[in-house]
Amino acid sequence: MSTVYNLKQEVEKPERLTGGHRLCAGCGAGIVVSGVLRALDKEDRAVVVNATSCLEVSTFMYPYTAYMDSYIHSAFENSAATCSGVEAAYNALKRRGKVEGTVKFITFAGDGGTYDIGLQSLSGAMERGHDMVYVCYDNEAYMNTGIQRSSATPPFARTTTTPVGSVGQGKKQNKKDLTEILVAHHIPYVAQTAPIGNFKDLHTRAYNAIYTEGPCFLNVLSPCPRGWDYPAARLAEIIKLAVDTCVWPLFEVEEGVWRLSYTPKKKLPVVDFLRPQGRFRHMFQKGNEWMIEEAQASVDQKWERLLERTGA
Amino acid sequence: MSNRLTGNEAVAYAMKQVNPDVMGAFPITPSTEIPEYFASYVANGEVNTEYVTVESEHSSMSVCLAAQAAGARSVCATSSCGLALMYELLYVAASCRLPVTLACVNRALSGPININNDHSDSMGARDTGWIQIYAENNQEAYDNFLMAMPIGETPSVRLPVMTCMDGFITSHAVENIDLLETDVVRKFIGEYNPENYLLKKENPLAVGPYDVSPYYMEHKVQEAEAMKAAKARILEVAAEFANISGRRYGLFEEYRMEDAQLALVLIGSSAGTAKAAVDKLREDGIKAGLVKIRVFRPFPGEELALALANTRAVAVMDKSEGFSANGGPLFAETRSALYDLKERPYLIDIVYGLGGRDIKVEDFEKVFGRLADIAVTGETGPVYTHMGQRSKEEIA
Repeated sequence: MSTVYNLKQEVEKPERLTGGHRLCAGCGAGIVVSGVLRALDKEDRAVVVNATSCLEVSTFMYPYTAYMDSYIHSAFENSAATCSGVEAAYNALKRRGKVEGTVKFITFAGDGGTYDIGLQSLSGAMERGHDMVYVCYDNEAYMNTGIQRSSATPPFARTTTTPVGSVGQGKKQNKKDLTEILVAHHIPYVAQTAPIGNFKDLHTRAYNAIYTEGPCFLNVLSPCPRGWDYPAARLAEIIKLAVDTCVWPLFEVEEGVWRLSYTPKKKLPVVDFLRPQGRFRHMFQKGNEWMIEEAQASVDQKWERLLERTGA
Repeated sequence: MSNRLTGNEAVAYAMKQVNPDVMGAFPITPSTEIPEYFASYVANGEVNTEYVTVESEHSSMSVCLAAQAAGARSVCATSSCGLALMYELLYVAASCRLPVTLACVNRALSGPININNDHSDSMGARDTGWIQIYAENNQEAYDNFLMAMPIGETPSVRLPVMTCMDGFITSHAVENIDLLETDVVRKFIGEYNPENYLLKKENPLAVGPYDVSPYYMEHKVQEAEAMKAAKARILEVAAEFANISGRRYGLFEEYRMEDAQLALVLIGSSAGTAKAAVDKLREDGIKAGLVKIRVFRPFPGEELALALANTRAVAVMDKSEGFSANGGPLFAETRSALYDLKERPYLIDIVYGLGGRDIKVEDFEKVFGRLADIAVTGETGPVYTHMGQRSKEEIA
């Protein structure tokens, strides 16, 4: 599965997520969604399914919708099951000659709705084999409710439920490796990606996922200016740093075969990613050097493991 | 067409005749047989439904409401904790005006865990915006399920419908029932042709918004109006159903109520036992009667007040606890409905049958005995009591 990527051609397609939505400036979610939807072939219709999230409350505030395609939101923890229902209806109505043309099914949910409360529903939908793409936009905390930790929150990150105090030093636990959990479902296509540079990686992974039959999963890094505490204008730079420090490596697993999608020319130290973000500020205080060492060691270990798996 | 079927098989058979577009399936006792029977219809090619074997009741309701939003007719079945797990989505289905049909096989709720019949599950969901229709026996379970779709899918209603029957008592007992021919059923329920749906090519649709304060209340008022409109539609569908089946249904059934002075109000399979008690008392010249509530949502308050207007004393029999410390849910509704009568009967509430606790003809006779005393003395005694439980001494 591959597609020739031409940025100019792609950006000339009509937007399927329109301007005028209410997402914050400097938010990753909006560009992730518009980037993924741009991978749809022009003539194909889609039904977008959304978990309760920042994205949902910002893009479909009655009576306005930011989507050019059909859209459904029902609850926080069931977006994959909701998408299953729409896909089931499509199969039934198609069989009975009541629906024409190709319709694609794409779910967007944040890390809270995916790593945590929605994991059961996601796992069930993937196991059942619905022809759909589930996109997790991972902003590493419950941002919609005011920045509480999720199981996607990285160690040491400051959130409102893992605050930094005289004893507490941010989140104590590791980040759950959701992408690997999805690989363990033996579904046709899993990828970890991010909107970097000219969007080629996000576009290609999204295209592969949308046009591979069966359940596919994309985990997409999606910074949050409020939760991560960075100036809105630095969004693109932060994502690039996550990728070049190997904090968020880009890879795909197609029919069980692991492939790196991007290798940094020079693997940057993890501090380059941590420093611009307020949520990690305490890691740079005197006496906390061990935190940075631990963070670096963890990233290195995971990166090595990924290199082994991908045979790179 | 006559047949001997359990309640579960009767409902599954109704589903087969409907041949819905989508079914969400997850097992829970005592409703499990419904998806099991349906699975065999799927396996044998007797239906071409998209049969989605979900990983929980939560996902079952999610699948059904989403399929319905996409333009498909969807059904499912559940009981007890399964219904409780669906709870959040019951609201979503109703507020998005998605007429899903759910067969609820009534069972007690945990805890402690109990698999037998009472009405705690569906009564807990009484305010979710679902139409609720209860069956006394297998025939009614079958008939109610068929009537659910023409009721819920009507544009002026567009609400999901829960058809309820008593777990084990109805779901597993074999009875003779009359089945309609499949082509008659198909013609009766018609095609599901919603005006707007997600998969409609001509105009994309958005469902399930963030509904801000300037709109939310308006939507809730519309939903409330739809529930009011459902009452007339339920009667209309019942009349149409009588034409094809010869079986007549109302919002409730009045049994020997013409001149009744003492009456019971109850729901479900206990009605059969209570009718036997009424017959026995009538033989002794006691003017006993029964009102069996069939439609609990929308609640037929005005009609019920009229039916009870000339009685002296009424016992409302609740097969669920509401823990309001003021009586069960059926009692609250009934007492409220009677408030506007100029002359009201004395009213007591008796909670019975929890977790499958048996109730016999003699038990109902005792209740009528209490009502007879109340009618004479004008003293109700304790208004809210439980019946059938052992005393503390007996348990010790």
